[in-house]
Amino acid sequence: MELSQLPDELRAEIKRIIDDEVEKKTRGFSDALDQLRLQVEKSGCAGEQEDRATLVVFSGEMDTLFAACTIASGAAAMGMEVSMFFTFWGLNAIRVGRSFKGKTITEIMVACMMPGGPKSVPTSRMNMAGMGPRFFKYLMKKRNVEELPNLVELIQDLGVRMVACETSMMVMGVKREELIEGIDYGGVATYLEDAAKSKITLFI
Amino acid sequence: MADLELDCKAISCPMPIVRVAKAVKSMTPGQTLEVQATDPSFQADIEAWARRTGNELVSFTTQDDVHSALIQLKG
Repeated sequence: MELSQLPDELRAEIKRIIDDEVEKKTRGFSDALDQLRLQVEKSGCAGEQEDRATLVVFSGEMDTLFAACTIASGAAAMGMEVSMFFTFWGLNAIRVGRSFKGKTITEIMVACMMPGGPKSVPTSRMNMAGMGPRFFKYLMKKRNVEELPNLVELIQDLGVRMVACETSMMVMGVKREELIEGIDYGGVATYLEDAAKSKITLFI
Repeated sequence: MADLELDCKAISCPMPIVRVAKAVKSMTPGQTLEVQATDPSFQADIEAWARRTGNELVSFTTQDDVHSALIQLKG
């Protein structure tokens, strides 16, 4: 028997049952979808992550700083936002000089033992009492590789967010006037906030 | 003839890519940029840069150790 041949009442009843069933099924489906969306939002994955790279610059040698600055400038060139956190020996990369004014004896001792800036940092290997850096500078110049101080200037010019760790500044007795201008100052939470929303995080 | 020509010869990584990124900022969508470079990693780098930034690497040629890349900015 064809559906159209059924009495109107029966057809209306069948239609009502089907509509009810469809509604029940799809309601469950959309509920599940809403729940899933809520879960994703709660876990903080939705929209939190930026196209950002965050680097901790801990070591302060010519070669390691060169790697850090190269990655930072490359990331900026690739259109990424970049944050760099300079802590402990890494502070040497953003020093403009040494000052002894208003420092304690121990702070002056540390200042004497630290290089005065990216121009005078040692190499991590084959330093040979300062011969290493000179040798590598010669090699890099010969191969047209940008020098470290220029790279530090470059990353600042590219809009990389540079943050100096205030705790390590305090420990080493580094004053703000000894560091380059236009940088931010912060602590571990400042780093973690940027790192948590970054696709790339490095400790160099 | 490209809208802008950029000479990145005799400079090393990361400078060619950085110079390209800086040049692109001064250009308008759809324009073309021709870059010449001698850095050995230039081909791999410019290809990755183009993929990442969504710009098109129209052509890449090498003659006498000089690489030449033609880039069309996304419209």
